[in-house]
Amino acid sequence: MTTTQIKPGRRREEGTRVLDTGQNHERNAGSLAFLVALWCSLAFGVLVLLVLIASTALDGAPRLDANLFTEYSSTLFEEETGVRAGILGSLWLMVTTAVMSVPLGIAAALYLEEFANPTRWYNRLIEVNLQNLAAVPSVIYGLLALGLLALRGFRQTSLVIGGALALTLLILPVIIITTRESIRAVPREIRDGSLALGATLWQTTWRQSLPSAIPGIATGTILALSRAIGEAAPLLLLGVATGIRFDPNGILSQFTALPIQIFTMSSQPQEEFQTAAAAAIIVLLVMILVLNGLAIYIRNHYQRRW
Amino acid sequence: MIRNLTRRALAPTALAASLALTLAACGGQSAGDEGSGSDGGSTGASGSVAIDGSSTVFPLSDAAAELLSEENPGIKVTVGTSGTGGGFEAFCADKTDISDASRPIDEEEEVPLCKEGGVDYTELQVATDALTVVVPKDFEVDCITTDQLKTMWEPAAQGKITNWNQVDPSFPDTELSLFGPGTDSGTFDYFTDEINGEEGASRSDYESSEDDNVIVEGVANTEGALGYFGFSYYEENAETLKALEVDSGDGCVAPSVESAQSGEYTPLSRPLFIYVNKQSYADKAAVKEYVDFYISNLVDIAEAAEFIPLNDDQLAKTQSTLDEEL
Repeated sequence: MTTTQIKPGRRREEGTRVLDTGQNHERNAGSLAFLVALWCSLAFGVLVLLVLIASTALDGAPRLDANLFTEYSSTLFEEETGVRAGILGSLWLMVTTAVMSVPLGIAAALYLEEFANPTRWYNRLIEVNLQNLAAVPSVIYGLLALGLLALRGFRQTSLVIGGALALTLLILPVIIITTRESIRAVPREIRDGSLALGATLWQTTWRQSLPSAIPGIATGTILALSRAIGEAAPLLLLGVATGIRFDPNGILSQFTALPIQIFTMSSQPQEEFQTAAAAAIIVLLVMILVLNGLAIYIRNHYQRRW
Repeated sequence: MIRNLTRRALAPTALAASLALTLAACGGQSAGDEGSGSDGGSTGASGSVAIDGSSTVFPLSDAAAELLSEENPGIKVTVGTSGTGGGFEAFCADKTDISDASRPIDEEEEVPLCKEGGVDYTELQVATDALTVVVPKDFEVDCITTDQLKTMWEPAAQGKITNWNQVDPSFPDTELSLFGPGTDSGTFDYFTDEINGEEGASRSDYESSEDDNVIVEGVANTEGALGYFGFSYYEENAETLKALEVDSGDGCVAPSVESAQSGEYTPLSRPLFIYVNKQSYADKAAVKEYVDFYISNLVDIAEAAEFIPLNDDQLAKTQSTLDEEL
């Protein structure tokens, strides 16, 4: 959104119009074919997704009832099995992850963007590492969290704090990168103006740059969290159990998460469990959609145009 | 500008408020549950029991936990599904109290591991499973000998045995498609040990999946397919699959509750175990209560979880092992 970014943005807009409507003089058979190919790719992706969601919703529809939310998993009453422990576990996991990752991520991004000297070797090392970490498979973070907990002498590793640790490590690079982008989008002039009026670098960051960047940060953070909530692989590695019949009550509590329960239920022989798994998938999907919706709302509603 | 400022201030506040609300809601609920738990749990011990291991045995141990939680909600049981091997790894490192296993503990690798970890344990058989060899419902083969199974599955068959009539001339001229569990599974270990004579020795050019439902789908929808898995997966899908009778020299025997219980269905009826950490049993009231409850209600639990219960001799043996060793 900076002034320097507007120009290339406009140019891009003109460029896409050629393909977009075909009203341009440059329209010819080749570009039309390319346009059709693009539309087909898009339609294919959307269609697969729609079929998947619709078939899951149909499979799970009979079990989208109150029992699903209020009951624990049940081997004895398969048709009344529920994912209460998973839903609460996932919520605990998400909140703990947010509490750990958001302050750390924002602080790291502020340091890198506003205070760090980019020519120093250690800052460059951090930069390179951040880019790489964002692409590391989530299982690796599960291993890392497992190692950390083992070092601290935990007998049980399937605790809320363990899962949150793994997910924090997973989304920290994403949060740092999106926070840096949002801070960078705050115009130079705002900062210069603040500094010219006698504010220190800290005051400028805290009172000008950070507040202006918050919508962007919130959006990035929520999207990262909604990715974290759907993760099963790092939790499986921590040995997060699936048969749990109590609510988590703290960060040192054992727990199970929704993706883990879905995974277990879908591999059981009884059809009732597969129906419940489909219903639980819809619940998880709705949770993620709500989070993403919140992110879009915050972005549109609080975004500041300079 | 003022409008903008308030908006900017609102975003983080709203976010913080919603997070705080979620946290408060969860906290409140679990606190309330804890209260009711200790009220109802006046009959016995409280505490936690950590179980991990075979996903085949999971429904059994989970059903036991569920039945116990109705009598004594004070005991918090967690049941994981890391697989028999993964379960023993955690068990021998003293991370779990009980390990579910769909095969006996491995003498060469896992027993020394437990010794190293200082874990002393007892093996209890809790149910029987009949490894079921299945083909599509309308396939014209009904019975297969263990030697024919070996011809199909042994490592030497890789790439060579690709048609049913290569296994036996009386079988139809149909392409053979094999489906089976992955190498991490206790089912795979047991099958390869009994059929191919060596644990883990199998041809590897077959469709493998850790999820038995994938094997069910694969066999049901592929002409000339053959696969194997636990009996309950066949029971749930009997309308699309046919279970082959198995002949180990004494005639064809169909897998069923009765033939598995009596031991007629050999060699593919297998015992399912739990391994109990003796120290945990002695020190933790919750572990003792859970194991005692599990063993004294074995038949009910096996039926509730749709497993094949032990016969009377096996039941008596499990009970006496419990009494003597723990």
